[in-house]
Amino acid sequence: MPELTFREALNQAMAEEMERDPNVFLMGEEVGYYQGAYKVSQGLLEKFGPQRVIDTPIAELGFAGLGVGAAQVGLRPIIEFMTWNFSLLALDQIVNNAAKLRYMSGGQIKMPIVFRGANGSAHQLGAQHSQSLEAWLCHIPGLIVMAPSVPADGKGMLKAAIRDDNPVAFFESEVAYGYKGEVPEGEHIVPIGVGDIKRPGKDVTLIAWSKMIHVALEAANILAGEGIEAEVVDPRTLRPLDEQLLISSVEKTNRCVIVEEGWPYAGVGAEIAYRITLNAFDHLDAPVVRITSEDVPMPYAANLEHAVVPSAQKVAAAAKKVLYI
Amino acid sequence: MEKKKLLEMYRMMLLIRRFEERTAQMYGMQKIGGFCHLYIGQEAVGVGAVSALRPGDQFISAYRDHGHILAMGGEPNAVMAELFGKATGVSRGKGGSMHLFDVEKGYYGGHGIVAGQVPVATGMAFAAKYRKEDKVILCSMGEGTVHQGAFHESLNLAKLWRLPVIYMIENNRYGMGTPLERASAVWDLSEKACSYDMARATVDGMDVLAVHDVVAEAIVRATRDGEPTLIEARTYRFRGHSMSDPVHSHYRTKEEVEEQKRQDPILIFQQKLIDDKILTPEKVKEYEDEIKKIVLDAVDFAEKSPLPALEELYTEIYS
Repeated sequence: MPELTFREALNQAMAEEMERDPNVFLMGEEVGYYQGAYKVSQGLLEKFGPQRVIDTPIAELGFAGLGVGAAQVGLRPIIEFMTWNFSLLALDQIVNNAAKLRYMSGGQIKMPIVFRGANGSAHQLGAQHSQSLEAWLCHIPGLIVMAPSVPADGKGMLKAAIRDDNPVAFFESEVAYGYKGEVPEGEHIVPIGVGDIKRPGKDVTLIAWSKMIHVALEAANILAGEGIEAEVVDPRTLRPLDEQLLISSVEKTNRCVIVEEGWPYAGVGAEIAYRITLNAFDHLDAPVVRITSEDVPMPYAANLEHAVVPSAQKVAAAAKKVLYI
Repeated sequence: MEKKKLLEMYRMMLLIRRFEERTAQMYGMQKIGGFCHLYIGQEAVGVGAVSALRPGDQFISAYRDHGHILAMGGEPNAVMAELFGKATGVSRGKGGSMHLFDVEKGYYGGHGIVAGQVPVATGMAFAAKYRKEDKVILCSMGEGTVHQGAFHESLNLAKLWRLPVIYMIENNRYGMGTPLERASAVWDLSEKACSYDMARATVDGMDVLAVHDVVAEAIVRATRDGEPTLIEARTYRFRGHSMSDPVHSHYRTKEEVEEQKRQDPILIFQQKLIDDKILTPEKVKEYEDEIKKIVLDAVDFAEKSPLPALEELYTEIYS
């Protein structure tokens, strides 16, 4: 299996789907001539031409809504936000239109659209460019929310998202675009709503997604050095949630730590912790613990930024806490 | 224009008027809930514009939408049933007054967020161009819309990419209770097109034929030249902003409303058709009788229709 970077895997997913279906097009800021702010769309303009790889002015609300209109009459837009930070300008179109038009029209409308882009903090980008916003969209019925952690999932999940007839919010990690991994060639689909065990273990369950999977895996290595076998579970799709996979793991380990790059208040981890408590209460030997970013806007200073985001050390400490070690 | 078409336009304006008068009555009887915005006074705009559309053209608008869906051929029974929140409604009881949809007829709804439909219309036009379809998208909005960013972003994209879309401002002078002069730095709203080097027109929104003509010209511009158009139709609503808003209160006087009612678009058109010997008072009576029956039947249909089943709560969220 060839080894690809995350950005190459996503690029391959889009290229294959655009090859397959002429209704698929990519639109966003700098996706064409510039080759993508993070080079995810590299080469697509040359391959598919300016009719299907479309540079927009800086107008997130306008082009997100344009995507909604194109999708409701049968095209399959991929709307790229340079980063999800800028999607806040487009939220009305995502929340009020993409997510609701099918329901409020009594099923007359289909909405095959993907909103995708970079999410989460990178390196000293400051408060407005360093946030994990997946919890915002997980709140909305009508949306599907996906957040891949490794290149193979990135490809398979993005292909599934493009083929789905529902609006998908697809969160990529800004710092993970360069991560490498084996990626199956050609038809490789990771179905919506299906999670994955990234590392099997028996002593404690670490639930994480996107970039935080790598933090959880690093924590699992630290713990392994102390004789503790952590199971790292990746829901991959955050809405709908692969609840059974998460619960089965906790039923086996009896302990659970959730790692989330977003803020703690009303985070995705809060919902997951609730569902585990509700469904696996009798199996839990300790309360579910969450490790999230600190509840502050992201500071610029490198040492402060480092202190905000979840680290393997914090996760390992939390795992030991639920193990009462 | 053919006599038959003129009479169809007249009949549709009358149907919308009588339908909504009955709607107001039903609202008062609490058969209809929620926000309910009547189109009374503005019928010439919707009917004039829709009468210029060709088969396959599409229409999308805001929440003052009863007249729009009826003009697009929506069934009065199903529209009234939707207002009643019944399973037989156009949106199966899940939309309500502000979210009437009839996609089969080319009507893409009833949108409740001011300017929310404007980028969507732009995207529908983008799709038409992408597929090289001979199709025009008509997008109606209130004058309050022109202050939203979504409106400006859309106009720029439509002109930049030469999309077959017609943006039609139905300027009824008041964004809820705020008159235009307290909300807009300019009086002539078609000037908004100038920033985007877009074709523009201003039309008397009380004159159904004038509206028809200006939209017909915009359709030619869209299909032949690949150019969008911004139209301002100057109109007036004879009722309050919504059913919970009095006809006149702190923001406008009774005298002003009465003065405007002398410009009733239906009476103006009716008189013109009578003067042109296309319509007679007897024929008016026939239309009135026919429409009264349609509207009463719609109420009866809505009344007798079942409520949506509770199981419907969780259907049609996803495809």
